Amino acid sequence: MTRPILEAKGLHVAFNGVKAADDVSIAIHDGEFLAIIGPNGSGKTTLLNICTGYIRPRSGSVLLDGHDITRLSPRAIARRGVARAFQIPQLFSAQRVIDNMMLALAATDGLWSAVRPLETATRRDEAKALLDLVGLAGDADRISSALPEGHRKLLDIAVALALKPRLLLLDEPTSGVSALERFPLMEALMSALRQRGITALFVEHDMDVVARYASRVLVWNAGNIMAQGRPDEVFSNAQVRQRVVGVA
Amino acid sequence: MRTIPAAIAVLMLAVLPIAAPWLQFVLTLAIAKGFAALGVAVLLRAGLISIGHAMFFAASAYGVAFLARAGINDLGLLLILSVLAGALAGAVAGSFLVRYRAIFFAMLNLAVSMVFYALCAKLYGVTGGTDGMPVPVPAVFGIVFAEPVFKSVLFYLSLALMVLVGLAVQRYLNSPLGHALSAVNTNEIRLEYLGIPVWAVLLIAYVISAALAGLGGAIAGFAIGRVVPDFAFWTASGHLVLIAVLGGIGGVPGAFIGALFLELLHSAAVTVTDSWNLIVGMTLIIVIMFMPQGVYGLFARKEASSL
Ligand SMILES: Nc1ncnc2c1ncn2[C@@H]1O[C@H](COP(=O)(O)OP(=O)(O)OP(=O)(O)O)[C@@H](O)[C@H]1O
Ligand SMILES: [Mg+2]
Repeated sequence: MTRPILEAKGLHVAFNGVKAADDVSIAIHDGEFLAIIGPNGSGKTTLLNICTGYIRPRSGSVLLDGHDITRLSPRAIARRGVARAFQIPQLFSAQRVIDNMMLALAATDGLWSAVRPLETATRRDEAKALLDLVGLAGDADRISSALPEGHRKLLDIAVALALKPRLLLLDEPTSGVSALERFPLMEALMSALRQRGITALFVEHDMDVVARYASRVLVWNAGNIMAQGRPDEVFSNAQVRQRVVGVA
Repeated sequence: MRTIPAAIAVLMLAVLPIAAPWLQFVLTLAIAKGFAALGVAVLLRAGLISIGHAMFFAASAYGVAFLARAGINDLGLLLILSVLAGALAGAVAGSFLVRYRAIFFAMLNLAVSMVFYALCAKLYGVTGGTDGMPVPVPAVFGIVFAEPVFKSVLFYLSLALMVLVGLAVQRYLNSPLGHALSAVNTNEIRLEYLGIPVWAVLLIAYVISAALAGLGGAIAGFAIGRVVPDFAFWTASGHLVLIAVLGGIGGVPGAFIGALFLELLHSAAVTVTDSWNLIVGMTLIIVIMFMPQGVYGLFARKEASSL
């Protein structure tokens, strides 16, 4: 097999004695859509926090293309092509939806121009196209704090896509998104990821979404990987059915 | 378009001193303070309140006085050097101040400016102590005007600079850097995850704000003809914050409108002795009550930092 894009080796993290990661190793390869499932509080978000440099593991390391990024800042890791969409949307709430998008687009090109406006025709078009993709085309000029939670979630994903990442980490992309919008969103997202050659890791609670879109599933439980494999393999595992699928 | 009302307002300012000559000094000083308040307003965009910007105002006025003492007496050159001095002081102070937020940022700015004030007041041999230093009338393109003529030249130059610098600052605020600055106020985490270095965004803003205060200080020095330590006193810094808040957060014209309003109010109130602070206080209360959104924006809660 080829060298993984992202690899975590022997991660240990504990909060006040509670183990959020206990000797965890994972690898994600080019073109995969790796789903992580597991009960609430089992450490899934913590894993994303470690992989993006937001928190440091007590021991273990994270490699991106074989280079150690364990001690890098979220900023440095973002600049290496890893984008993240958050469980709780992280937006510039006081700004318009379109400005959130254009600032993300500018982050990868002309941020340091203090004289050219943020809003250019090309940037606006590009932002609109991404908003259209997640179904927010009609909200472009609204202040983002005015959006319903589900739409804030979508905007957060669009912002991450605007960074044109190689690897996208999605923390429960469909939570808060209405059941009706869930599958259209996933369809649009998956085709965008394929088209742009973006590898993705997503934490997900909706087992139907996982079964349909994941190329591989990793089951997380109490800071450990309990099982992993193709969705059909994992879902037929009795222990997983009882501990995770039943719960979710 | 807001261009037309703005142009009419600037024109009115330009003719006002012809009708009432005593207003020329008041208006020049108001514009000078407007520049410094604009500097404070730039930082307010990021949710940072500096209660120390009078330091840069004073530093640049002292800079002009020192340069004049050293024999440089060209107005253009002095203005450029003073803005550079303000920017340099801003880069030095900013490089450590931009790591702080909220009350810590406000208090550290205050503390640094008080140290500066004390130095200006105590180093009698260098700065003339509380007597301050004279700022002589400089030459304008090689011509030395009589003082009243120079004051008129200074007023119209300040007015022109207000428009030009105001437009430049507006451009900056509309640029990606300016938007990133406002974004610091709402979500630093997202900024970091966009790969944008928050400290650099803030440092650039700090340098710009100090340079603006420096420009204001130089103009004030020329208008008054003297620089004293009180330029840097904390009440002067407080006034700048007051003007920035009065003028409304964010808008470039707001800083100048706030400064004009306060200076005109001041000159109207001096006849009624002692009531100046009362009037200012009442005005601020009224403004805060009738524009809660503007002030609210400053204290609005940030987003949760749990991810
Ligand atoms: N910064 C922190 N400080 C203290 N404890 C934390 C911190 N972050 C996470 N934890 C704890 O670590 C454990 C794992 O949390 P984490 O958010 O990673 O779980 P999760 O799998 O993402 O859960 P959910 O499905 O609810 O999102 C929880 O017990 C949580 O309370
Ligand atoms: Mg989570």
